[in-house]
Amino acid sequence: MLVLVSYDVDFRDGTGARRLRRIARACQDYGQRVQYSLFECDVDPAQWTKLRGRLLEEIDKDKDSLRFYYLGSNWRRRLEHVGAKAGRDPDGLLLV
Amino acid sequence: MKTHCNTLYVTSQGAYLSKDGECVLVRLEDGTKARFPVHTLDGVVCFGNVGVSPFLLGHLAERDVAVSFLTAYGKFLARSQGPVSGNVLLRREQYRWADDGERSALVARCVLAGKIVNARSVLRRAVRDHADKLDAARLGDALARLDDCAARLERAQGLEMLRGVEGEAAGVYFAVFDEMVLRGGEAFRFAGRNRRPPLDRINCLLSFVYTLLAHDVRSALECVGLDPAVGFLHRDRPGRPGLALDLMEEFRSFFADRLVLSLVNREQVGPGGFTVTESGAVLMDDGTRRTVLEAYQKRKRDVLTHPFLKEKMPLGLAFHTQALLLARHVRGDLDGYPPFFWQ
Repeated sequence: MLVLVSYDVDFRDGTGARRLRRIARACQDYGQRVQYSLFECDVDPAQWTKLRGRLLEEIDKDKDSLRFYYLGSNWRRRLEHVGAKAGRDPDGLLLV
Repeated sequence: MKTHCNTLYVTSQGAYLSKDGECVLVRLEDGTKARFPVHTLDGVVCFGNVGVSPFLLGHLAERDVAVSFLTAYGKFLARSQGPVSGNVLLRREQYRWADDGERSALVARCVLAGKIVNARSVLRRAVRDHADKLDAARLGDALARLDDCAARLERAQGLEMLRGVEGEAAGVYFAVFDEMVLRGGEAFRFAGRNRRPPLDRINCLLSFVYTLLAHDVRSALECVGLDPAVGFLHRDRPGRPGLALDLMEEFRSFFADRLVLSLVNREQVGPGGFTVTESGAVLMDDGTRRTVLEAYQKRKRDVLTHPFLKEKMPLGLAFHTQALLLARHVRGDLDGYPPFFWQ
């Protein structure tokens, strides 16, 4: 299934940069970055539980926010991209 | 349940793969980077001058992601293998069976039945779809002879006889293979299998797709805990994945051969996409290789109903399912090994 993870991290005190970095790293381990603070994660339920746990551990609930959009396994028809930097299809040909 | 994951192909020369958290980080010579989470991968295939860090190799081995190294033209060089894992009892039983000629013959017969029946289906499908463009009488002849081979396979005793029947069936099949190549004229004439090096374009395509298939089948066997090197039909030889070659027999015709045929018949690859060296060896160029890889990956996503389990699954998962069924048979949970019959 595809989960869209977006986050907003508060920078006013000095600790924001660390949280931002660690949240981004967790998302990167499971998905691809499609915009600055937006990740598409193609995960199964077990992996999602792990990722979600990691994210909840990192954020400061008083200052930051996380949003999860569950697009299910039939996500292709729910997604349209316009403009530069279209993400890669996780099922497509991976060739570099 | 295992899911069908993607395979990462690295063809950029000079690329270096390293571990970055849970990702494979690919660094190219021009400085660009790409990241692929390990859990979305089933295998990594490196072509030519591609480096992989030891830590990434270890991490991939731990996650059961197979890594193969090929030359830039797709000739197999090496693979990396992690610590031997899985069920030692299963593997020991596999070795006992491989040592026992009669037992080996039982499995080999099932695999070969799959091979011959599937080769037959490929010919039948060709006759049905293109009766006007090919010599249906010749194919009909071949079909009858394959029927005969299949019947004799049932009665054949011992590995040597089985190999004899297989050789004959393969001969019949490849003798009419050229009939199914409908486009490309002289450039795509096929006069029998040859390899190391392939001497014509069809053989070049076939060898390349077989290499890709061997990589996938081997990784499936490793995932279920069987030793891909110890085969029943193919005897042990250093560096040869005997069991992977055994299991491949079922998939060759309807998976690999049909893929090659449709690439040529739909003119997705043209005669110009190859170079012929002075020694007569035929090599494919980068564009053709990309097209083949794309088609191969796409074919693996095609959904089929498994003939034995009656379950729908992507074809790429069928390798894994067959490996699993074979493991169950070796373990004694299944009385026979049900080959994949393509319908």
